[in-house]
Amino acid sequence: MDILLTHGPMLVIMAGVVGFFMAWGIGANDVANAMGTSVGSKALTIKQAILIAMVFEFAGAYLAGGEVTSTIRKGIIDASYFVDSPELLVFGMISALFAAATWLLIASILGWPVSTTHSIVGAIVGFAAVGVSPDAVEWGKVLGIVGSWIITPLISGIIAFIIFNSAQKLIFDTDNPLAQAKRWVPFYMFLAGFVLALVTIKKGLKHLGLNIGSVDGYVYAIIAAVIVAVIGKIFINRLKFDESAAKKTHYANVEKVFALLMIVTACAMAFAHGSNDVANAIGPLAAVVSIVGNDGEIAAKSAIAWWILPLGGFGIVAGLALFGHKVIATIGNGITHLTPSRGFAAELAAACTVVIASGTGLPISTTQTLVGAVLGVGMARGIAAINLSVVRNIVVSWVITLPVGAGLSIVFFWGMVAIFT
Amino acid sequence: MARNSILGVFAKSPIKPLEKHIRLVTKCCNQLTPFFAACAEQDWATAGKLRTKISKYERDADDLKRKIRLELPGGLFMPVDRADLLELLTQQDKIANKAKDIAGRIFGRKLVIPETLQASFVTYVARNIDAAEKAADAINELDDLLETGFRGREVELVEKMINQLDEIEDDTDGMQIKLRSDLLAIENDLNPVDVMFLYQIIEWIGDLADLAERVGSRLEILLARK
Repeated sequence: MDILLTHGPMLVIMAGVVGFFMAWGIGANDVANAMGTSVGSKALTIKQAILIAMVFEFAGAYLAGGEVTSTIRKGIIDASYFVDSPELLVFGMISALFAAATWLLIASILGWPVSTTHSIVGAIVGFAAVGVSPDAVEWGKVLGIVGSWIITPLISGIIAFIIFNSAQKLIFDTDNPLAQAKRWVPFYMFLAGFVLALVTIKKGLKHLGLNIGSVDGYVYAIIAAVIVAVIGKIFINRLKFDESAAKKTHYANVEKVFALLMIVTACAMAFAHGSNDVANAIGPLAAVVSIVGNDGEIAAKSAIAWWILPLGGFGIVAGLALFGHKVIATIGNGITHLTPSRGFAAELAAACTVVIASGTGLPISTTQTLVGAVLGVGMARGIAAINLSVVRNIVVSWVITLPVGAGLSIVFFWGMVAIFT
Repeated sequence: MARNSILGVFAKSPIKPLEKHIRLVTKCCNQLTPFFAACAEQDWATAGKLRTKISKYERDADDLKRKIRLELPGGLFMPVDRADLLELLTQQDKIANKAKDIAGRIFGRKLVIPETLQASFVTYVARNIDAAEKAADAINELDDLLETGFRGREVELVEKMINQLDEIEDDTDGMQIKLRSDLLAIENDLNPVDVMFLYQIIEWIGDLADLAERVGSRLEILLARK
């Protein structure tokens, strides 16, 4: 207890700095995965992608990041175990942040596609199970989270398969694909807008102090989605089509319509990513702040301090602004044959899955979900070639991340305990 | 940092290179028209240049073929069967090989097509090149096929093209029979060895359409799977 009273502010600052650094790392590195498909299919330039990412990552983090933050903060660990020694929980959360941030840094340097979600969950479970006691972990919830890592790529894959096939039926396999595209693309925009607005209204506005009834929520979400669709429709009508291109490759003009749609799904993707991944950086920070703020009392119901979500949001935006350009540039080159009509299906499916998971508080991996969606489009015979060995590498890196995150966090935890006691 | 991304998942598409390959092949075949025109005028200098050009295109096609094969490792997940795709490529390449053989044989022996056969011979060559062009048209639909997920109207369109290709090949068969009998009628007046090679050349030119048709059927098989 004394430790918290004497070192409290320092511990909060420490957690704040590491949390910000972690958010910064997510912005610099992870966002490339979220925005990569849009840039890769040439629907957006790098500058546009960065701008969209900045706005929507922040919005996602701020408006819909609360639920997952709560899960990371208090869903994985059995708080009752720490009532007599809250300082251990503070040390542990800071160690977990350190561990995840370190691993993210190492992996970035080595070019491994790791998931920040996996590293933070692994780290928290690690320090609690080994550093404290296996009973300190809410194993049931951890199992649920790990299970969601298997199920969400599957779900997003199925959604992507359905979306892609619906686009084939409604637009591509028709007499006049361009006219059909003009008619149906706003509906996909509506869908993206609806899911985003609904999750924001249902889950996000609560912690901003706005309470909207359940029926009203749907109504507002529909209104927001209609606005998105109408704006999209206006832009589609303003598109100029190259008549001569229609003869040579008759889907070139159709893809132009989909490129507009992809701007919407890119926003959705950035929003989804922000809403889910911000928690990896600020969830532990929120735990530290709440314990220190309550003088060592572990409050089960306390709200997240107001400044934490924006801090995470700014961290992501800062990372994006400083390094996002470089990272997206390296991946944006050399990609062939990812046309907007496939990119949109994958992005929309992944964004919907991630946003819904964010709403239910499940910390899932955005990249993993997107890979699932890409495979879904591939199953629908939409992508020229998918490199399965890269997919395998990504999966392996996820599996490795769990024990590594746990191991690092145990070491940091013991170090902190040794220094402070 | 490049591998740390979702985009590593997307492998290089073999479809554009495949289309490029068939374009090289038709370029190779198309040179046969001016080549035979030069031969008819016994302008062997021009014919020699054209033969070199044909060989060059054939080599380019060969190089591209090798490159496509190397860039198509086993671990790819594709909408079409990898083996089918490679077989299609092999068939495409054979057309260019045949064109090179024809030009080489004619030029090497300075073989002259008899005056009386000249007109029907020119249309025969043109028709065989038509077949190669039609095969190229069908292959060029591959990127549109990808757009439509290899199903629906686009498949029907390609199937129509393959049918047209079959008709062209039928045409060339008829023309070949006619040419052979015309040659038979005058063969006593010609050098016997030349006659042997004339028969061979007629057959080889007919092979162009046969091979083009085989490209069409490989494409059909590619579409039928899955």
